Amino acid sequence: MKIMLVDDSRTIRNIQKKILHELGYTETAEAGDGAEAISMFKDVAPDLVLVDWNMPNMDGLTFVKMIRQSDKKTPLIMCTTEAEKNRVVEAIKAGVNNYVVKPFTAETLGEKINQTLTRLGISAPQPVAGS
Amino acid sequence: MDVRFINPFINSVRQVFKTMAQLDITVDKPRMKTNETADVCGVIGFSGDAIGTVVLSFPRDVACKIATSFSGVEMTVDHPDFSDAIGELANMVAGGAKSQFPGVSVSISLPTVAVGRTQPISVTTVPSNSPRLIIPCRSVYGSFFVEVVVVIPKMNSTCAPAVAVAGVGS
Repeated sequence: MKIMLVDDSRTIRNIQKKILHELGYTETAEAGDGAEAISMFKDVAPDLVLVDWNMPNMDGLTFVKMIRQSDKKTPLIMCTTEAEKNRVVEAIKAGVNNYVVKPFTAETLGEKINQTLTRLGISAPQPVAGS
Repeated sequence: MDVRFINPFINSVRQVFKTMAQLDITVDKPRMKTNETADVCGVIGFSGDAIGTVVLSFPRDVACKIATSFSGVEMTVDHPDFSDAIGELANMVAGGAKSQFPGVSVSISLPTVAVGRTQPISVTTVPSNSPRLIIPCRSVYGSFFVEVVVVIPKMNSTCAPAVAVAGVGS
């Protein structure tokens, strides 16, 4: 399973990668903003996307709206500091499948991903042994 | 400054540092800013129903230790991701605080990070005589402070977040 990480913070992408690897999601692709993610999307063909909201060039909400014009299936999870209820509603209306508020723990991120995949009938991988 | 804007920052600093850097933060009594300076500053601007900034201000060694704890990678100020790590911490503190603001809706800017002995941070959208608050913080890695200024404009106009860092030198 390939997960695309879209966040302008490389530190956050590295933290997410480490957590995902321990959960058994060993294949990742990275983009630093929405525009880069759009340009990579078809080639990467991710099975799930974690996308930040506030980014330069193209924000995460715009990315979600653009992807949903042609792709209704790929699970999109917003992972952002935007915690207000109206923001969550706005993101869900745009087409995200789930929402993670920063700061997040490894447990929360894992739960949200597994919850999203379960809802869509997709099997989650087994955690990496020893993690 | 409206005291209802202080607790959101205190709560957010504690939560962000505990969750992302496994650090317990002790917060001392907030005070008005005088002439405090710092080596490393992570700055986020607010705009919308309220305008202002939050600045995470660290001595150099404290910033490096906290960035290391946050990222899981040994960090010095010369590390290519050092500014990114400090900026993301500021982003999370600002985002967490704004979600607790009483009855106002604001947007946050992308982070700006200044490394080097800084003079006071100025914000172009906030009147220069606006009161600035210092929230002193202590951790096992040393002390730092969070500088906060939040103003509710009399006219409910939208201002673009704009942050300027004055007098930065290494």
